[in-house]
Amino acid sequence: MYAQLVETGSNKLKTLDEMSPEERQFQERINDEIKIEPKNWMPDAYRKTLIRQISQHAHSEIVGMLPEGNWLTRAPTLKRKLQLMAKIQDEAGHGLYLYSAMETLGADRDEEIDKLHDGRAKYSSIFNYPTLNWADMGTIGWLVDGAAIVNQVPLQRTSYGPYARAMIRVCKEESFHQRQGYQILLTMMQEGTDDQKAMVQDSINRFWWPSLMMFGPSDENSPNSAQSMAWKIKRHSNDELRQRFLDQTVPQLELLGCTAPDPDLKYNEETGHYEFGEIDWQEFFDVVKGNGPCNRERIEARRSAIDSGAWVREAAVAYAAKRQRKAA
Amino acid sequence: MADWPLFEVFIRSKHGLNHKHVGSVHAADRCMAIENARELYTRRNEGVSIWVVPASEITASSPDEKEPLFDPSNDKVYRHASFYKLPKEVGHM
Repeated sequence: MYAQLVETGSNKLKTLDEMSPEERQFQERINDEIKIEPKNWMPDAYRKTLIRQISQHAHSEIVGMLPEGNWLTRAPTLKRKLQLMAKIQDEAGHGLYLYSAMETLGADRDEEIDKLHDGRAKYSSIFNYPTLNWADMGTIGWLVDGAAIVNQVPLQRTSYGPYARAMIRVCKEESFHQRQGYQILLTMMQEGTDDQKAMVQDSINRFWWPSLMMFGPSDENSPNSAQSMAWKIKRHSNDELRQRFLDQTVPQLELLGCTAPDPDLKYNEETGHYEFGEIDWQEFFDVVKGNGPCNRERIEARRSAIDSGAWVREAAVAYAAKRQRKAA
Repeated sequence: MADWPLFEVFIRSKHGLNHKHVGSVHAADRCMAIENARELYTRRNEGVSIWVVPASEITASSPDEKEPLFDPSNDKVYRHASFYKLPKEVGHM
């Protein structure tokens, strides 16, 4: 999930009777599936939680460009390079749609970006893993964007209007990402040398578990879920989405002719679902806390992009001022 | 970047419909706002025309006044085609 462990500031749900008249009206609106728009009254905690969730989602899109950017200059063909560039540009776009939605809640973009840079704001744990071979570009598109789609499709119906509308735009573009990724892997598996096929399997081995972790902790360890679900800024539980992702992904894995690094993975005829082994939650929490393989490198790259781009922003302002003077 | 003004972006799709609000961009001025809007909202031929409007220039109705504001049209059912019941023989009209 692109937004993991979003604090809601409450572990206990209020009943309609315990709410103030304003709050009750607000909650009933949500229950009736009527969108909350920027100028509507909303509880402070809803606003704060949404700012946290949307900014975390936006940061994930922006930081998510970095692992792929690593392979732009190393893409095997010009065609693959153009495709990868288009995909990365989309991720920038997704980040910007989301920052724009976040600003409708009164949040300041620069301030939220500062929070990312000094570690107060989080982003998806998945982007703290390195991209070590070309097959990783395929695996990221297939697994990481695939997991993101499973998470984002229900968010198109989230209760906050600008967020839901941003998600609709994002989802329209994501399926290109997943298909281009899967096609990279298919090509390597069907036309590649033994070494290239081994690269695909190695890449899947490294990204399999982190992709399953993207949906966040299991339901019994998600204290904020109940409130987020009541507000409909989260529409399905972490485990439910993880299962959905797994069920659609395993047949695709088999079609590739690859395996998952999970000896316990098996199909359950009775339930119609795939079962999987224990997730290493310690690893997940370590990465979220900032101790993944690339956390420091990612944040450093973001900081340096902002700092070394300062002169461009200053020049743009100076140029705009000059243009205005000339027009006057 | 937030010290660059915010512009609301409206796009007209190819199909000749009205410009439709799609989101916002920050830009140093309106020319740059058009360029940023093009990069952000029309990467796949979504539009044939872009409007950008400084967000500060938009006047919006207040949601709290929704009822009194839209009240005048609430009791005028005769403004709708379905109000007029016609015999079947008239066919589609």
